[in-house]
Amino acid sequence: MSAEGHDHAHDHEHEHHHKETFITKYIFSLDHKMIAKQYLITGIIMGVIGISMSLLFRMQLAWPEESFKIFNVLLGDKFAPEGVMANDVYLALVTIHGTIMVFFVLTAGLSGTFSNLLIPLQIGARDMASGFMNMISYWLFFLSAVIMLASLFVESGPASAGWTIYPPLSALPQAIPGSGTGMTLWLVSMAIFIASSLMGSLNYIVTVINLRTKGMSMTRLPLTIWTFFVTAIIGVISFPVLLSAALLLIFDRSFGTSFFLSDIYIAGEVLHYQGGSPVLFEHLFWFLGHPEVYIVILPAMGLVSEIMATNSRKPIFGYRAMIMSVLAIAFLSTIVWGHHMFISGMNPFLGSVFTFTTLLIAIPSAVKAFNWITTLWKGNLQLNPAMLFSIGMVSTFITGGLTGIILGDSTLDINVHDTYFVIAHFHLVMGISALYGMFAGIYHWFPKMFGRMLNKNLGYIHFWITAVCAYGVFFPMHFIGLAGLPRRYYTNTNFPLFDDLQNVNVLITVFALVGGVFQLVFLYNFFSSIFYGKKAEQNPWKSTTLEWTTPVEHIHGNWPGEIPEVHRWAYDYSNPEHDVDFVPQTVPMKPGESVLHH
Amino acid sequence: MTSLLVIIVLVLLAVALWQLTKIFDLTQVGSTSDSSQVANDKDNHLQGYLMFGFLAFLYIFTIYGLIAWGNLPLHTPASEHGGQVDHLMNITWVLIFIVQAITQVLLYYFAFKYKGKEGQKALYFADNNKLEALWSIIPAVVLAGLILYGLYAWTNIMFVDEDEDTIVVEVYAQQFKWTARYAGADNVLGKANVRYIEGVNTLGVDLSDPNAQDDIVVSELHIPKGKKVHFKFRSQDVLHSAYFPHFRAQMNCVPGMVTEFAFTPTYTTAEYRDLPYMIEKVSHINDLRAKKSAELIAKGQPGLDPYAFDYLLLCNKICGASHYNMQMKVIVDSPEDYKKWLANQESLVKQVKASLEQPAEGAAATEGEVKKDTVAAADTVAVAVK
Repeated sequence: MSAEGHDHAHDHEHEHHHKETFITKYIFSLDHKMIAKQYLITGIIMGVIGISMSLLFRMQLAWPEESFKIFNVLLGDKFAPEGVMANDVYLALVTIHGTIMVFFVLTAGLSGTFSNLLIPLQIGARDMASGFMNMISYWLFFLSAVIMLASLFVESGPASAGWTIYPPLSALPQAIPGSGTGMTLWLVSMAIFIASSLMGSLNYIVTVINLRTKGMSMTRLPLTIWTFFVTAIIGVISFPVLLSAALLLIFDRSFGTSFFLSDIYIAGEVLHYQGGSPVLFEHLFWFLGHPEVYIVILPAMGLVSEIMATNSRKPIFGYRAMIMSVLAIAFLSTIVWGHHMFISGMNPFLGSVFTFTTLLIAIPSAVKAFNWITTLWKGNLQLNPAMLFSIGMVSTFITGGLTGIILGDSTLDINVHDTYFVIAHFHLVMGISALYGMFAGIYHWFPKMFGRMLNKNLGYIHFWITAVCAYGVFFPMHFIGLAGLPRRYYTNTNFPLFDDLQNVNVLITVFALVGGVFQLVFLYNFFSSIFYGKKAEQNPWKSTTLEWTTPVEHIHGNWPGEIPEVHRWAYDYSNPEHDVDFVPQTVPMKPGESVLHH
Repeated sequence: MTSLLVIIVLVLLAVALWQLTKIFDLTQVGSTSDSSQVANDKDNHLQGYLMFGFLAFLYIFTIYGLIAWGNLPLHTPASEHGGQVDHLMNITWVLIFIVQAITQVLLYYFAFKYKGKEGQKALYFADNNKLEALWSIIPAVVLAGLILYGLYAWTNIMFVDEDEDTIVVEVYAQQFKWTARYAGADNVLGKANVRYIEGVNTLGVDLSDPNAQDDIVVSELHIPKGKKVHFKFRSQDVLHSAYFPHFRAQMNCVPGMVTEFAFTPTYTTAEYRDLPYMIEKVSHINDLRAKKSAELIAKGQPGLDPYAFDYLLLCNKICGASHYNMQMKVIVDSPEDYKKWLANQESLVKQVKASLEQPAEGAAATEGEVKKDTVAAADTVAVAVK
């Protein structure tokens, strides 16, 4: 590696970095560790907003005819007169909840935080390849978040066409009020978000390829880095397609083009649009939209793999198979988008093709699940909160992933498409699983980020309540979905057919409210531990990876002296040729020591 | 909304405050650290048992769900292909339950069994090609079976043979209602485009098209038992999805395009109402409604009517504020009843004529203009409809 020249420059630079102002250190910081924290805090704030919205619409679904003062307090007289939520506001909440959770929390908040924190630290680099671009990436993300939140306050309400913003609904203000200014802001926000994401991803890719320390070959990288690396590649391939879709939609909305619109009669008049197709938009959207769920879940998988190995005191089982499966998932993820469109009106032959490619993903996914389970086998499990969330992630990933076999099969999808069954499936397999991965990552790397420990007992309470509530919310949803209940209905009271589902809906909401409120335990733990947490040791979890060789107090450039050299893979836990149960990557191979993992 | 703004400002203030205090905090470096927040043997012991407890919770919750809500999912399919769909579904469910049962047990049991103890050393077990081959090949084989069956069923369901003897019905979607158009005696739908929409001709049928002369437009969908119905879907404004849950049928309605789905009903509405599962379901629903009705009446509000089952067509693609109430009753008749019902419907052309005989002010003046615009449009539709 070309690490030496790089070192030199940074050592020199390091001298001058002690005198930083508040602004350069905390706001316009170029340091990847600070940028990671900025991503995390922003992600948490967005998460609070996104989850709160879901609690509001869950209340509406459970008690559709009741009036709640809190609706009026939070949404105001226009959107919730006398405490009764308006029907288009319900759709707005659903839309913004989805947008915030998928993009702002689980893409930027998860990937942005941990890629930034861990890539330089775990590969042995002073910082990202371009600290400046990294800073721009964060601030564009921040800007897009502000615009998205600002859209909540426009007169006609925020975007309400679902997070998938299918035109013509998203293109025509006559169709739903949220498709006016709210939708414009949504599109602008997403365009900026995509720019931010691309800058971040390019930085991650370049850093992983070029800035690995001496001895850090690709097959010695921790799995976290592999997943961040592959995630960034998928992002670079697919996000520009969403950008193009968003731009074309802006053209249709504002400049009278007809990319996605044709033959429309609305509000008593025929519109001029001719020759476009909404199905084209669906293709473009899901060309990002499907890889997006892997952009969300792969980093969580990487974090979980790392945390499981460390806390099992065992090497991750099948390191190479794990890499291969990540690559296989990444490749397949780009050729399965059509399974969101089996009944969109596209040629049924395409449905066959997409069923085939989609179900193939089950194979690398199964490999991952079984490899995680085998990693636990005969381990010496240190059941820290991070480890609990990792085990929980594997559990929800399996539960949610299995129902994917139903949804990915075009024949079965006909009848469960767009029902609550889909909601149950994707919330478990990518929502809850990625959230668990994020929590696991926060509990595990909090000491690295803030130099202090999170309170473990609060962590345990947080995990167990969340685990019970997550299944409590999404398990019953499968049943109401199989009963044929469509998603995105403001209330089901117009269908006596669904009257017997109402009790289940109430149960789901109760679990959601309890689970939602108990996230406050995490928030309290997180924010109070930043100030009052126990001081962290340098390597609290006795981990082998490089980030734990840096000092607890952050310094610019990460290592005070030379960057350490790497001599072994990242998973030498309980190596029988050593007395201690972990051998850091920096420890040279003993004379005659065998390379066991090949 | 102002309160939400206040909350956001407060949150931002809190963040600013945090960043300020962080600076003071950084001045106090070097105080003692300890490992009290890392799991010790006591924690591992307790958490290990909780893991086992959670496994029990998962199993009990699953079994409870199957008992308490097992009768909620859609039952007996009301269409010919529905049996095939449900059969594939059942096979898939069996597989899912087996895999779910095994993997969750292994996961949580290992978490319990191998909970950490001071001085215990883990097994260094980094790789085993045979094991990994095993759990790549088994899913591959099982999935190959599922894929083949799935594709076979999909091809059967989705590709409608043009020569087949079917009844052609157009289902027309708009915010927030459904309308149906029957092809009439010639079984060919007249051309249509939204640019022809005018007065009672709400579906934009081209009235000059010979095929349109016997078209019938109705707001209640009747279909005969035992005969394949070939649905053609159109939408005039946004995406909708025509969802017939009991028939295991669904297709999006896309503006500017005609989409299709065909199925053969196997139970008339009356027969389906008499299925034991449906009798039970409806009586359960009516118990719930009676209870709720009593509550409402006690509050001085009107009560609820008892429920009788009907097949429904629902909208299942977000289409606007009233998406939640876009539905149409579907009635499956015996073939004789169906013929009788159809014979009693007035054709669209007659309806239009009747409406024109009443004086309509200003309508005639704009007519010529509308016609001109629509010539090109009609051609594209003709291609789409074939």
